[in-house]
Amino acid sequence: MVEGIPSGTPLAVELTGIWKRFPGVVANHDVNLQVRPGTIHAIVGENGAGKSTLMKTLYGMHQPDEGTIRVEGDEKTFRSPTDAIAADIGMVHQHFMLADNLSVLENVILGSEPVRGRGRLDLAEASRRLRGLMKSLGVDFDPSTPVASLGVGQRQRVEILKVLYRGARILILDEPTAVLVPQEVEELFETLGRLVSDEGRTVIFISHKLDEVLTYCDDITVIRQGTTVATTTPRDTDRRGLAELMVGSNLPDPSGRRPRQPPVVLRCRGVEVAGAIPGAKSAVEAVNLEVRVAEVVGVAGVEGNGQFELCEAILGLVPLLAGSVEIVGSDMTHADTRTRLASGLSYIPFDRQREGLLLDAPLWENTLLGRDDDPALTSGPFINKRRAQADSRTIIARYGVRTPSEQVPAFALSGGNQQKLVVGREMATNPRILVAAHPTRGVDVGAQAAIWDELRRARDEGLGILLISADLEELIGLSDRIVVMFDGRITAELDPRQATPELLGTYMTGEMQGSGR
Amino acid sequence: MNRQTLQRTAVTAGSSVLAVFVALGISAIVLLITGKDPAKAFSTLFEAAGDTKVLQGAVNRATPLMISAAAVAIGFKMNLFNIGVEGQMRVALLTTAVVGANVTLPPVLHVLLCLIVAMASGAAWAGIAGWLKVKRGVNEVISTIMLNFIALSLVAWAFDDFFREDENTTTVLVKTKELPRSAWFPDIVDRRLNGMIMVAILVLVVFWVLVWKTRFGFRLRASGANAGAARATGVHPKRMILVSILISGAFAGLVGMRALLGDVHAYQNNLAEQQGFNGIAVALLGRNHPLGIFFAALLFGFLGEASGKLQLEDIPKEIATIMSGIIVLAVVIINEAVKRWNDRRIQRRAAAALEEAPA
Repeated sequence: MVEGIPSGTPLAVELTGIWKRFPGVVANHDVNLQVRPGTIHAIVGENGAGKSTLMKTLYGMHQPDEGTIRVEGDEKTFRSPTDAIAADIGMVHQHFMLADNLSVLENVILGSEPVRGRGRLDLAEASRRLRGLMKSLGVDFDPSTPVASLGVGQRQRVEILKVLYRGARILILDEPTAVLVPQEVEELFETLGRLVSDEGRTVIFISHKLDEVLTYCDDITVIRQGTTVATTTPRDTDRRGLAELMVGSNLPDPSGRRPRQPPVVLRCRGVEVAGAIPGAKSAVEAVNLEVRVAEVVGVAGVEGNGQFELCEAILGLVPLLAGSVEIVGSDMTHADTRTRLASGLSYIPFDRQREGLLLDAPLWENTLLGRDDDPALTSGPFINKRRAQADSRTIIARYGVRTPSEQVPAFALSGGNQQKLVVGREMATNPRILVAAHPTRGVDVGAQAAIWDELRRARDEGLGILLISADLEELIGLSDRIVVMFDGRITAELDPRQATPELLGTYMTGEMQGSGR
Repeated sequence: MNRQTLQRTAVTAGSSVLAVFVALGISAIVLLITGKDPAKAFSTLFEAAGDTKVLQGAVNRATPLMISAAAVAIGFKMNLFNIGVEGQMRVALLTTAVVGANVTLPPVLHVLLCLIVAMASGAAWAGIAGWLKVKRGVNEVISTIMLNFIALSLVAWAFDDFFREDENTTTVLVKTKELPRSAWFPDIVDRRLNGMIMVAILVLVVFWVLVWKTRFGFRLRASGANAGAARATGVHPKRMILVSILISGAFAGLVGMRALLGDVHAYQNNLAEQQGFNGIAVALLGRNHPLGIFFAALLFGFLGEASGKLQLEDIPKEIATIMSGIIVLAVVIINEAVKRWNDRRIQRRAAAALEEAPA
């Protein structure tokens, strides 16, 4: 239990015995959380541990099946975020929800516009309040600036202002540092520090980065496999201790590697990809990368450091500004995506719902996706429905996708089963090189082990895998080599036998560069 | 058909039928407010359904609606909203009227040529919107609306300045040169039911096979359902957009052919007016599915044809138009509600099925 609560002061937030089930999966079970007022309280856990589910419960985005929520001592039922906001809870989402073409001021007041008289917008009053808030936060930019011209760190500040403007006393920040560079992280915590110490607000901070949690937070609650396993403070633990709490004690074992130089199945030379905004710095610069037969090359990096763009470039979804891509021995720099896929490339996309699945379509159409060139599944220009369905059943059985049948639409499956289906589909083409982005993201532990086993088995049979993951244990456990991407470049190469999450962390934040061998 | 497909079809059809009944109810209220007897109106409509002549007229009216709904629906399948069917149809009408009147061919071939010209010119006009979207990122809703205005004016001007036949004094309306008899699409029942209904059914069958049975159609539906996923699996988004807009335009070109080849046999200013727009409503009611479109078009055709009978009973014939409108609104609302209910039902069932048989 949390120590040092002055008696008489109610907890800012207290969750007791929270359960949340989704069809086919229990996302949270028996979650208990006690947040002291006026503190920064970190919630840490691996991807898929249930952090976001928990925070959505607290913010009223869905209702828990069991358990109670108390805010400042009073029991609450949140039917929607509106109820949570009324209870002075505010949430800063991981993905910014700002209107680019509106100004800072307009964004902040959007949805709670101050009015004067008969519905006339009182911009002067809004501006006065916003300036007050900005001053107390120590932020300094012109409220009339369009959000489009702000940097990522500043946009996040706007999100925080938005929440404060609505009078939030308790702020939830969902992985706020995932998109920030180290300098901005420091500024963010400076801001949060003011909110907590000067104004007595409470911050709930979701993260999986142990460093920042240990440096900046007052209390730390660890979530593993859907439940809260411990609450501690930075004084009482260290990285090792937290890492063990997060993953349980048995980390995957890096084993079964043989020294050899088999043929290269994926080669990137001097790859450069343009950034999202024209004129901005390139998203990927001078990347050289090789994946050999029966080799897993892990790519570590904080999200948004060019991994996504690198994958898109390998797939041929974005043009290269410079460099070349070679797949299974042939130059594919100018080939279209289908040609690359046909030559033995497979892709487990970053976001299965946005890039991997047709949610309203039955599973058998989902397993057909991208494989409608396969003569085994087609007859001339027509889809062979019978064989496509049989093929789908094979994939479902082999990858242990839990579903009543292949006729069920994909949205009816839990996240883990959706992911197994995508992995199964991508492996069904018997690829030579697999680009796997977060192959076990948001997947429960059992499914994670199953996917890992399949990837290892395929690797042993000769598949080359480029593994992009935010899960450092996954990277260390699966990879034969690990490279680190920072700011669009590959800044280090490490031997997983010597790599620890902490060491990787220092490379990923750009504190260290070079070879870790 | 397996059980799931059957259930899906039943839910889809059920929600459309429900919408029709809700619309009937609302129409009854409208009638009551205006002091008319809804029972009399409905019994008139019901009796009209037993009248062969009314039914023939209904099928005749349904013909262009089926085709224009197919044109709209193939766009919808790809998440494209082609509002430009009307304009594409109009361009095709004048082009076909002029080309058809100025060539000499044996009967069947002449009709075939006219249909091909209609499809090509409709596709060409739609292709402008496709090109704008692919090359310049112009939203097709905007461009097709604008192209409708341009098509209407352009066709009216070209007709007036180049192609109208002034010598033709036998009728009040100005027309283009009349098509030779070899280009006339034959009637099934003389002056009452034109054979173009067969072409309309063929269009629906082609639409069904193309979209639901072929690899191309699978990619089209995948692109419409999730553009991101289609792209990541190597479907060329721009090519798919262009091809589906061209097919939509080709269908649109055929919409006016019942009026041109099967009825008037020359272009005149109000020929087939509104039939391109009405297809949008039919596609919505028919849930973008060929079978649904078939029945929806028949229903709309019937309401249009039977409205004359209402007038005889001193009930304003606009009530039929109002009813069509309410049906479409009801469909949109009820479909969404039913979809949500059904999605939850499927999710619950999937979860329940798994708990019975743990892996």
